[in-house]
Amino acid sequence: MMGKEIKIAYYIARKDLKAYYLKPPLISWGIMLPIVFILAFYLRNPEGISEIGPGLVGMTMLFSTTSMAAIVISFEKRIDALERLLMAPIHLRTILIGKGLGAAAFGFAMGLIALLLIVFVFGLHIAHPFSLLVSLLLSSFVFAFLGILISVGVREIFEAMTLSNFFRFPMIFLCGVFSPICTMPLALQIIGFCLPLTYSVDALRQSLLSHGGVIHRWLDILILAGFCLMLFEIALIIFRKRTQESS
Amino acid sequence: MDKNGIIQAQGLSKRFGAIQAVDRLNFSVKEGEIFGFLGPNGAGKTTTIRMLVGLLRPDSGTALVNGYDVLNEPVRAKGSVGVVPESSNLYGELSAMENLIYMAQLYDVPKKEWVPRGEELLQEFNLLDRKNGKFQGFSRGMKRRLTIAAALVHRPRILFLDEPTTGLDVMSARGLRAVVKNLKKKGVTVFLTTHLIQEAEDLCDRVAIIVKGKIRITDTPEALKESVKETEVLEMKVQPFPPSLPKDMEVIQGVEKATIIEDKLRLYGKSLHGSIAPIINQLDAKGITTFSIHTLTPTLEDAFVKLTGVDAESMRVDKPIKTGGPG
Repeated sequence: MMGKEIKIAYYIARKDLKAYYLKPPLISWGIMLPIVFILAFYLRNPEGISEIGPGLVGMTMLFSTTSMAAIVISFEKRIDALERLLMAPIHLRTILIGKGLGAAAFGFAMGLIALLLIVFVFGLHIAHPFSLLVSLLLSSFVFAFLGILISVGVREIFEAMTLSNFFRFPMIFLCGVFSPICTMPLALQIIGFCLPLTYSVDALRQSLLSHGGVIHRWLDILILAGFCLMLFEIALIIFRKRTQESS
Repeated sequence: MDKNGIIQAQGLSKRFGAIQAVDRLNFSVKEGEIFGFLGPNGAGKTTTIRMLVGLLRPDSGTALVNGYDVLNEPVRAKGSVGVVPESSNLYGELSAMENLIYMAQLYDVPKKEWVPRGEELLQEFNLLDRKNGKFQGFSRGMKRRLTIAAALVHRPRILFLDEPTTGLDVMSARGLRAVVKNLKKKGVTVFLTTHLIQEAEDLCDRVAIIVKGKIRITDTPEALKESVKETEVLEMKVQPFPPSLPKDMEVIQGVEKATIIEDKLRLYGKSLHGSIAPIINQLDAKGITTFSIHTLTPTLEDAFVKLTGVDAESMRVDKPIKTGGPG
């Protein structure tokens, strides 16, 4: 039974990748986004790229994953294609896992492109490859479920994008992407510690640079896993409610 | 209610805010029949289908589909039926074959059957030559055919069709009706909703007439027509058509109901022959010219008008078709 649901979640993700994510405009956008992010900061401060590199990887994943997850779900809702999944003999949980899997795969690929740029072009050394891989994977799922949570709660694509930005832009400044979170005022630190990008950047920074962490990288990873579950469960509750509301 | 029905609904109700969309529906569908839900737009037909296929939770009542309680066993119930929604909502970016394979995956069809079953359905629905064509490039009729094919990929015993011919041209609609009749021959039970009286008469073994969320009557089209056989029907070609014309006609003794169908005035009554002179006098007095008068054999449309009081003309209005989607 469990195996069947996992298999169907995989088919949903594969269909999304084929139908939406692997289209030339998205691939080019997905490659351009990390390059532009990294080049912009590199040209501003070439020496500082190693310090903000992990944050840029996290930011790239945050933007690409939440955008695509929100767009795909809002688009399918708009054209009634999501209903196709609701009519099939599968649990709502499986549908969301499938959707999250597709978006996370895209976000992971984007994060990998940014990481490869930083590692090979700017010569960064990876201190802890395994925790880096786990951080990348978990971050992509956390951001995918954040994008899904936003999109299941709204009706239109533009609403999803507006709401996404409401969460994303503050995160860039509150989660230690550009400056360590400990240097911020206490009130902002408290907000920062409530946001998943903080733990993503912290885990990536320690895995890449071996220093500069706020908490231990495996604790970051554990908290990311918690965010992953929490965002998924909230998205599921809203999705269930919304599917019953539609007439 | 037939307790052996393949679909059984008891006391099904659903309210959206102040609107009682469906009000305590009771009906049963026999295995192998084509059962039609006939009613004007907004009567509660789609809401009923959505409750029967597990897309919408009823406020009260129960429904058994293929022996499964749709509230307590929604996944099993969904697995045993095929659903064709009002909009053809397959995936525009995928080809016809890819869409069918994806549906086979969602319905847990064994992998070795994906391609053969897909080709069999494409052949049956006359789409084999377009198997690699993207869904978004198909005509509306082709999209509709492929959407029905997709609903049959797992060989369901019951097929739900929501307004199957809405928005289709005459030829495509005729072709689709042939497809539905063919499904019945194969033993598939078909539950369809329609606002087209002629479609219900052509296709359905039994029809439930639903108005404002309530079933007024359920019977065979023949029996429904029989219920109005005593009624005389006069069809008159007149000009002009003031909006108050039907109401003005209904005050004449002998005229029980007046309605405008297409560009003709239709009158119903037990002994209309005796009322022809007052009818023409009334029309003359209002400055309306009579061009022709015919007596008609009552049809299902006439039975519908008589039984529900709903103007047949309002049944001819299609729902707006969604734009921007694949359908």
